[in-house]
Amino acid sequence: MPLSKVLEGGRATLLSISGGRQLRGRLAALGLLPGTPLEVIQNSGRGPFIVGVRGSRIVIGRGMASRIEVE
Amino acid sequence: MTKIKSKTLKVAVAGNPNAGKTTIFNNLTGARQRVGNYSGVTVECMEGTLRRGGLDLRVIDLPGTYSLTAFSEEELVARDYLLHESPDMVINVVDAANLERNLYLTTELLELGLPLIVVLNMSDTAREKGLTIDLAQLADRLGAPVVAAVGHRNQGTEELIETIAKIAVQQADLPRPAGVCRQSGPGVVSLAGVETGGDGALVGFGDQAEGFIKEIIDYLPESSHCRWLAVKLLEEDPEAIKEITDPETRSAVAAVAARFADEAKEASDTLMPAMRYKFIEELMELACRLTPRTGQTRTDRVDRVVLHSVWGVPIFLLMMFVVFTATFTLGNPLMYLIESGFDWMGRTIAGFWPVGAVSPLKSLLVDGVIGGVGGVMIFLPNIVLLFLAIAVLEGTGYMARAAIVMDRFMSKVGLHGKSFIPLLIGFGCTVPAIMATRTLETRRDRLITMMVLPLMSCGARLPIYALMIPAFFPVQWQGPVLWSVYVAGIVLALVLARLLRATVFRGETTPLLMELPPYRMPTPQNLLVQMWTRAWLYVQKAGTVILGAAVILWFLTFFPKPPADYPVSVEVLAAAETVTDDTQTDPLVFSAIQDEGLRQSVELSYSVAGRAGRLLEPVLEPLGFDWRIATALLGAIAAKEVFVAQLGIVFAVEEADEASEDLRSQLRRLYSPLVGLCIMLFALISTPCIATFAITRQEAGSIWWAIAQSWGLTVLAWIVTFGVHQAGLLLGLGVLSGGAT
Repeated sequence: MPLSKVLEGGRATLLSISGGRQLRGRLAALGLLPGTPLEVIQNSGRGPFIVGVRGSRIVIGRGMASRIEVE
Repeated sequence: MTKIKSKTLKVAVAGNPNAGKTTIFNNLTGARQRVGNYSGVTVECMEGTLRRGGLDLRVIDLPGTYSLTAFSEEELVARDYLLHESPDMVINVVDAANLERNLYLTTELLELGLPLIVVLNMSDTAREKGLTIDLAQLADRLGAPVVAAVGHRNQGTEELIETIAKIAVQQADLPRPAGVCRQSGPGVVSLAGVETGGDGALVGFGDQAEGFIKEIIDYLPESSHCRWLAVKLLEEDPEAIKEITDPETRSAVAAVAARFADEAKEASDTLMPAMRYKFIEELMELACRLTPRTGQTRTDRVDRVVLHSVWGVPIFLLMMFVVFTATFTLGNPLMYLIESGFDWMGRTIAGFWPVGAVSPLKSLLVDGVIGGVGGVMIFLPNIVLLFLAIAVLEGTGYMARAAIVMDRFMSKVGLHGKSFIPLLIGFGCTVPAIMATRTLETRRDRLITMMVLPLMSCGARLPIYALMIPAFFPVQWQGPVLWSVYVAGIVLALVLARLLRATVFRGETTPLLMELPPYRMPTPQNLLVQMWTRAWLYVQKAGTVILGAAVILWFLTFFPKPPADYPVSVEVLAAAETVTDDTQTDPLVFSAIQDEGLRQSVELSYSVAGRAGRLLEPVLEPLGFDWRIATALLGAIAAKEVFVAQLGIVFAVEEADEASEDLRSQLRRLYSPLVGLCIMLFALISTPCIATFAITRQEAGSIWWAIAQSWGLTVLAWIVTFGVHQAGLLLGLGVLSGGAT
């Protein structure tokens, strides 16, 4: 399911990212790779979408979050 | 410390954003810093020096980057510096509390083959987070010395300097490692004395990829960073391919990369990052013990409120309100102090001449130099305070949140969330606002923000509005008119930004993707250094470019002087309203004019500026302007508020300022309220003042951006004002309101 559907406090593992090379590269540099465990820190209404990745907090756009497939 | 030959060593400080790079840099160099500009780029790069014993260092604080793949301007700057400026040493500042992600850059830096020192910053926070790091193990595995530091408490600085000295000695003994990638190690002289495993590479990418990497290396010229380059080329990094100049090699390498992409399929994109992280994960297991920590941190709880979908915006606006109120309440008394200082200087200098004497030198010093520089320096207290406030917002980590909160709104017009603060500062003065665009991360966002910034009505435009509005509009309309002029500027800025995004700065929008740094207490030293370097840049600007421009503009309005027998045109006299019918038949000569105000008026119309104003009249006529307005508008190029003084001279009004009723009645006599509105619009939109031009040239890295800005805005001003004036005329609004008050 897409990352954007994961509720606050939920955990998931990244499966794949549908997007261009550029986007995947940027996410990879920040540590978001297939197999990376994620934790959704904030996901409410129209506010920002925050995930915990490898000990840091990353804000991603909702559009992008819907293109990240997790389980 | 060992004495070494006093050769200046170039040391680059690299690291992730928010890793505390600048704090370490400040600890090393103290206040001995200046803003360095590299390869004409706008990204802020601080440069400092450190002299200690025989050690002579030139330290460069590179922009924060997550990787050496150039996704942004900053990353490109950092990478180009490392590749082409060949620093003698790299200090990699790593956030110990966020080690895994930070080491990613380290693995890339090590491949560059430059001597590297890893500084484990904020090791205290890491300990609090339950992370224990085995420094020796880490140094051993990385093949680079590791120094633990707590930047904001200035701990570890001495040890770092010692380590630098040790490496400097070793470097002096050893020849520069060349072609390291074919023989051993990442070219780092390991203090631990342990060579890294394998065939010398730090991170292995698996047999398949390694085969391709070897193939590419064989095409590359011998250099310390050829392994790094080969990896990037295999990743089909568009910037890396530019490193190869030979077209044949280029296509050969591209072919290898294409073959790899074909064979590795899906994995080719993420294989290298994945292998790097695999290496890091293994390293972490070896060198670190982490008590797992999950759930909400204090930062998360604060963000829950600050980034709330409803409360986020009001909280941000409240913060801005506090910042600006504080800036102006604290700054204004100092502003008056500076103003009276310049006034005093002007009077003292004028006092060297007898009362009423007309001397070009006196006028140059008092009106040109003191007037011009003073006009800009007056804003210094506000600017210093504003920069301090920005440093606090950045240092605590709130700036990142502000960008997120505003992003939803700003991205609609093609701007970045962080553009909001420079735009807000633009209401004060455009010059510091353009400097504040440095907080923006991509060059594109920076340039768009810079281009539209002059449309925010700055403080110097207020005198123009304050003069014109009461002259033409009844009391009940004055507030709404002022408000509409401000709003017109904002709306135009947003429309223009949208337009630029769709044309000049087309391309994929950078999606919102950023790290949220934990909230931190900024160190006073960091705040002061940051505030001071920016404020000093402003002072320098006032002392050089602005001074020069003020002098040139003064010359244009002062020379040439009319000869004694110059027949004064009826038009000039009519404007000054001092002539009666009988003088019209017998033209007055210049020397016969007794009235001082009138003399000045005639002199101005005879000067270069006056003539230029006449020359411009046909162009500005469709907007409802005559040569007088045109001349005053030319003066506004020096500084917007000069418009008022210039208009005063044209109309031969003594002591003209924005409260001059005399000047207002003159204006009413000649122009309709519609023209009054058009003047304000034109003054708002058209070319920004010379100081803005200078700062845009500097910050955008090219004079062409500054030229594009001033001409683009002038054309826009003409179009908008033309539209408003013609529409007004059609609606029958072009009627003179008459001379009566």
